Amino acid sequence: MNASSPQPRLLPNGDSAITVEFSRQIDDAANQRVLALDRAVRETPIDGVTETIPTYRSLLVHYDPCAIDFDTLGAGLLALAQTARPQKAESRRWRIPVAYGGENGADLEEVAKALGITPDDVIARHAGGQYRVAMIGFTPGWSYLSGLDRSLHMPRRHSPRVFTPAGTISIGGVQAGIQCLAAPSGWHLLGRTPVRTYQQHREPIFLLEPGDHVSFFAIDAGTFAEQERAAERGEIVAERVNA
Amino acid sequence: MTRLVVSSIGPVSSVQDGGRHGTQRYGLTPSGAMDRLALAAANALLGNGACAAAVEIGPFGAAFTAREGAVGIALAGSPRNADIAGRAVAFDASMTIPDGETLTLGFAKEGAFSYLALEGGIAGEPMFGSLAVNARAGLGSPYPRPLQPGDVLPATAAADAGERRIELPAAVEGPIRAVLGPQDDEFDDSAKALLFDSEWRISATSDRMGYRLEGPALRHLHGHNIVSDGTVDGSIQVPGNGAPIVLMRDRGTTGGYPKIAAVITADFGRFAQLPAGTSFRFKLVSMAEAQAAARDFAKLLASLPDRVRAIENFDLNLEALHDANVAGHAVSAVDAGTWLAHD
Repeated sequence: MNASSPQPRLLPNGDSAITVEFSRQIDDAANQRVLALDRAVRETPIDGVTETIPTYRSLLVHYDPCAIDFDTLGAGLLALAQTARPQKAESRRWRIPVAYGGENGADLEEVAKALGITPDDVIARHAGGQYRVAMIGFTPGWSYLSGLDRSLHMPRRHSPRVFTPAGTISIGGVQAGIQCLAAPSGWHLLGRTPVRTYQQHREPIFLLEPGDHVSFFAIDAGTFAEQERAAERGEIVAERVNA
Repeated sequence: MTRLVVSSIGPVSSVQDGGRHGTQRYGLTPSGAMDRLALAAANALLGNGACAAAVEIGPFGAAFTAREGAVGIALAGSPRNADIAGRAVAFDASMTIPDGETLTLGFAKEGAFSYLALEGGIAGEPMFGSLAVNARAGLGSPYPRPLQPGDVLPATAAADAGERRIELPAAVEGPIRAVLGPQDDEFDDSAKALLFDSEWRISATSDRMGYRLEGPALRHLHGHNIVSDGTVDGSIQVPGNGAPIVLMRDRGTTGGYPKIAAVITADFGRFAQLPAGTSFRFKLVSMAEAQAAARDFAKLLASLPDRVRAIENFDLNLEALHDANVAGHAVSAVDAGTWLAHD
């Protein structure tokens, strides 16, 4: 522990879960500490802990109150948080194909206009980024990424869309995302990927893990259609790169 | 093969069990029965495991027909008028549907969800250890969606085990207990007082993802956008309009609205059984009280097999069964609005 890594806050979340909060903001250092604590809890199981959910800024720890109480578990988590160290270089790296713009990315033109740059600039800046999976949440496989180019930070849409398609690649605020299933969203749609981060009857069912590294590359509509058929058959169309 | 055929069924009826666990880190929510006590009671009557899959029947009526053999079943949860081929049958009891005959269930009374368990459980292919339907994720077995007329539930031929009933403790009355957190500091004392001092109503636009509440608006101290963090069953989240939404079994695993409090484990099923339009109150309890109640609730669940008795000299009061008026409750189909909690 040093001055730059203060003690996290323990917040009750119902009677069977604790939120271990490292920051109230989207904060890369906090997310690293979240992922480190998540790994520590998984490697050093605590009796009564049933499930952990890492997010940008906190770790949600589900537990069985018949096996352990809030105070005992909280003290144990604080102790682990002090010693947990971020993972070094062994995180996995993925390259994700994206068909940008047109019907695949309905907001590309509007985003470019709002930022005063060309759609190609938006694509170059989005595809040029190095991202980390900060958390997966909301719906299966919805991967929230940190690392979005500062020049692409912009407020979410004023009125959220009730429907956005499966495979949507979008940005919102300071975040970038890979969406697996169709869902409502208030983010700006830049494109679509044929990659399925969640697919039943495929091994693995969930492609990405919190902490994985991700980058994007542009593909044309023909390649998108072809890769989508391959993905439908259960192929993993994301490229795994060695670190 | 012996089977139970769905002859008729309303919306929001699906196969549910104890839920799937360990996948929330990938955004896959647990799902599972809204009322665990009622699920466990129905299963205990048949000697099934407490969390075995059963049919969760929403507020509307339903009918099931046994084919190619008699099917042993049990009914628990929200009581309804029920009969097999015109012969009235009781809730919190097990019975046999003879081959070719139909179990007919009326609308839910004094609740929202009833459970129909099958002797030997429901046969299906578990995913992450569960048959529970999660229609958004395309999960659930034998059907990855709510049940429809014509659906077939494979069953084991009924053993002639006789009819049984279960003695459940008197229904708990009174306010729904809740603990503060994790974002209660996003609200001032008057907003917190408003949560616990007001009468709330379950909105008609409620579903297995969330129950929307009608009542006074709860104002945030610093606006309604927080950085998404993890949710739990019973999270009371407050979106921008100040109208709380209580997150239910099909909730998003993370959410970007402040969560002022959460319904305690012991009261979740009781809360889930409140039909749309019902008024209720919350009561603030300490973490120690909530966890003591959770332990008592676990003991109650564990005691269910010992509360099952054979029906021998038990006089079934058929008149009482037919007595109460049937009342329906409006429940929306999947409500996209509930989903706008996405950060």
